[in-house]
Order: sequence, then C-alpha cells, then structure tokens
Amino acid sequence: MSLKGKAYIAGIYEHPTRLATDKSLAMIHAEVAKGALEDAGLTKDDVDGYFCAGDAPGLGPMSMVEYMGLKPKHFDSTDSGGSSYIVHVGHALEAIAAGKCKVALITLAGRPRAEGMATGTVPRSRGGTPAPDEPFEFPYGPTVVNMYAMCAMRHMHQYGTTSEQLAWIKVAASHHAQHNPHALLRDVVTVEDVVGSPMIADPLHRLDCCVITDGGGAIVVVAPEVAKSLKRPKVKVIGHGEWIKTQMGGKVDLTYSGAVRSGPAAFAEAGVKPSDIKYVSIYDSFTITVLMQLEDLGFAEKGQGGKLVADGNLIAGTGKLPFNTDGGGLCSNHPGNRGGLTKVLEAVRQLRGEAHPKVQVKNCDLALAHGTGGSLGSRHGSSTVILERE
Amino acid sequence: MTAQAKERKLPAPSVSPETKEYWDAAAQGRLLVRKCTACGEAHHYPRTICPFCFSDKTEWITASGRGTLYSYSVMRRAPVPYAMAYVTLAEGPTMMTNIVDCDFDKLRIGQDVKLVFKPTEGGPPLPMFTPA
Repeated sequence: MSLKGKAYIAGIYEHPTRLATDKSLAMIHAEVAKGALEDAGLTKDDVDGYFCAGDAPGLGPMSMVEYMGLKPKHFDSTDSGGSSYIVHVGHALEAIAAGKCKVALITLAGRPRAEGMATGTVPRSRGGTPAPDEPFEFPYGPTVVNMYAMCAMRHMHQYGTTSEQLAWIKVAASHHAQHNPHALLRDVVTVEDVVGSPMIADPLHRLDCCVITDGGGAIVVVAPEVAKSLKRPKVKVIGHGEWIKTQMGGKVDLTYSGAVRSGPAAFAEAGVKPSDIKYVSIYDSFTITVLMQLEDLGFAEKGQGGKLVADGNLIAGTGKLPFNTDGGGLCSNHPGNRGGLTKVLEAVRQLRGEAHPKVQVKNCDLALAHGTGGSLGSRHGSSTVILERE
Repeated sequence: MTAQAKERKLPAPSVSPETKEYWDAAAQGRLLVRKCTACGEAHHYPRTICPFCFSDKTEWITASGRGTLYSYSVMRRAPVPYAMAYVTLAEGPTMMTNIVDCDFDKLRIGQDVKLVFKPTEGGPPLPMFTPA
C-alpha cells in the first residue's frame, strides 16, 4: 500500500545555537519542540505522537514526554544514528495513515561541543553490554573519520574518484553557508583550501569533515485534515524508504551505501524519479558521504559521482543539482553528531520558498532528504524521504 | 614523506562464551574463521548461527593467514598514527584489522598481506596484518 500524501510536514524549527554551554539537553529538546509547534500554528496539547532517538536524555520518550508535559498516544524511539529523524518522518507517516495519531512531533538535540567531545577522531565504545561486533572492531581503533575514509579510499581505487572532486562538495556547501547567519563556518573555501588542509585519516582532510556543533531541531508531521486547517504552506510527504547496510557477514563492500535500497523504495512510493527532483538535502558527515549517497540515490551512475559533484554542480543558482543550501553539516551545524533532522528542515524551507533568497531554488516543488546514520564503513541506517509542495 | 608504523597500546577485546575459542586460538597464534557446514560459507565476525542460511551447523576452521588489502586509512590525527584496514582472507570473509610493521605510505589496495598478532593490555592478542 502506498502512503503517498497521507501526511504533511506542518512545522519545523532549527535551534540557532552552535554552542550550548548554557543549556541542558532536555531544555534544547523543549525549545525546538516549542519552535516547531509555533511554526505550524499548533500547541503542545495538539501533539498525540512523539518521536525521538538516542540523543534524548534518560529513557528517551518516557523522559522527554514527562519533561515537556506531552500526552502522546503513540511514540517511537527508533535509533539509527543520524538518519533516525528521516526514519521518524516515515514512521510518522505510517502512524498517521494508520490512524494512530494526527500530530507527530519529532525532536533532536545535542551538545557535543559544550561537552568537549572528540567526535570523529577517538574510537568510541558504547559501554554496557558490548555489541557483538565490538570485540572484533573497537580494539583496532575505528573512529568515525577513518571508517568513512576507508570508503573514500576504496572508491578512489575502484572508480578513480579524486580528492579534488570530493573537495568540490565542501566548496559548494561553503558557498551556501555564507548566506546562513547561524552557520558555524561562513567563509567560502576553494578546492585548494580543502586539499591543502591537514590530513586527518587518508584520504580525508580536515575540510572534508563536517563541523562539530551543539543545537537541535524539530519537525511536526500532521494528518491531511490538520494540514488543511493550518495557515502554513503545505509540504506533503510522498515517499519514504529505510534500510540497514551491514558488513554482510564478511562480504564487505564499501563502494555503496544503504541508499541503494532506501532510495528506490522512496522513489517508487512517490512515483517520481531522480531527474524530477529540484533540490536535495544529502547527509554530509564527510564529503565522501555525499558522493556515495548521490550515486546510490540514482543522481549519477555508480562510480561517476565525482563528475556530478565537481565544477560547482551542487551550488544553488549555477549548478545542476543544488544541495544543502543551508551549508549543511559540512559548514552550518551537525547537532549532537546527528545530521538527518536538519536535512529535512532545509528541504521544507526550499519547498515553502523560505530558504535564503540567494540560495532559494526557483519553482522548487519536489525535494528529497536523505540520511546515513552510524558508520558508512561498517553498519549504518539509511533513510530517504521525498517531499512535495502542494 | 614516510610514515613508519610504531607500536601503540591496544585495548583488550571483551571475550564472550560465543567467542572464547577464537580468542584462545589467538593467544596460540592462530586465526579462526567460523564456517557453516550447511551452506559452506565462512563468515566474520564469528557467530554460532550462520548469518547466511541461519543453520546452527557452524564450526571453526584455522585461517591460512594469507589475505589481500581491501581498503585502508592511515589515522594521522592520533597520538600514534595507525592504519585501519579491511583485509579479505584467503578463506573468503573480509575482516576489520590494522596493518602494522610497515611504511604506511607504501600501502596499496590489493596488495598481499600476512597474519601477525599484537599484544593487548591484559587480554588476548589481536590478529593484524603486514605486507607479505
């Protein structure tokens, strides 16, 4: 059964902070919830569905529902890392279509910068009962950056992708971030700047990596009858897909991501194809993440992503495929090391015509937001959502 | 630029009842691979129930210690730089590991590598690889 158009995104909010030393984690969740509900023209008491992931403090929905004084009759704490919130949009669509709720609130918050976390360069053990993979991986020193770097290394070996092509992804993001007053990095950079920045984990340089920031965001997904009663532009959820890509029992293939499954599922439900999409929000933990996902979503043939992203093709106004017009994770923010939610926010702004005028895509009626959560080089959740302006 | 591998401190892996034999063998200098006698596929990391056919007829085999470098990344921003890698074993599965005792700048995807073990802090040694 297709759920095309059975829910709408009615409210969004992005926290302006990038360093939240003065806030608690729960407080940021509540602030973004309030912002998104006000954006929609709804109140806390309208919320009957609540979604959060592993960034929420305490026992997830139980802790946050109490803290915010919510009364949801449906809740979901699916955690697939940074892609969780795009999964949540899909699960909210399912719940609304099934009549389980009418106003679904999704929140994200994090403060790794305030906590001084070495997000990308120090191996992390999750603590508690170890994951089954942990003894066979953690002692070797897998970090966020070197696991993505191994994908880049293999892609370069197999397809001839270059560091300069990857650098163009950062260059495009920086062109967009200059117009975002909240972006952490607002200086426009060049390909030379990127490839000349310090090597962190071969072949990824410092400027191939996303920023580390505090912050958060929220999304309100509503039933069609609720959307009709509100005054905001109508952004319809028309397709969703999700997938978990793994090491497949040792049949490791680092050349593709879970988007090869979540993307086609979303396109099939929406009844559209990649060439119909006017704007894309693509998870950008690293430059290689963007390149591989664009290939896997069908915007370029496998191995040809380097040509797609080079020469400014991702820059709004001049490029063929404008992406991450808020500056994305590479330049603006990556709240709680989880960038999926903010991908949806900029897609909604583009569809509403509320992106910055310098980066607003003309006649933007169809957009895609895609996320990868976990590690591209070992196991990750993948989720794709396709949105349409009504 | 040369980047000669240096010794670094390695945390001990946690040992479970399911994987004790794997780590006991490592302490004796052998790398075990779990293989399914129902479907014939070897897998890694080792599990009791085959992740391919879900049969419980799995057994340990001793790996030859030969493999090829599938991908790698030299972690430069670390107190002691090291080479993360995936090595494809002659027995089939590709495993996460480190490449050690070499000049990192001479590593190449596809090159032959061979098994070595490196001690951990208070636990069994870790199987790693070095250029063959």
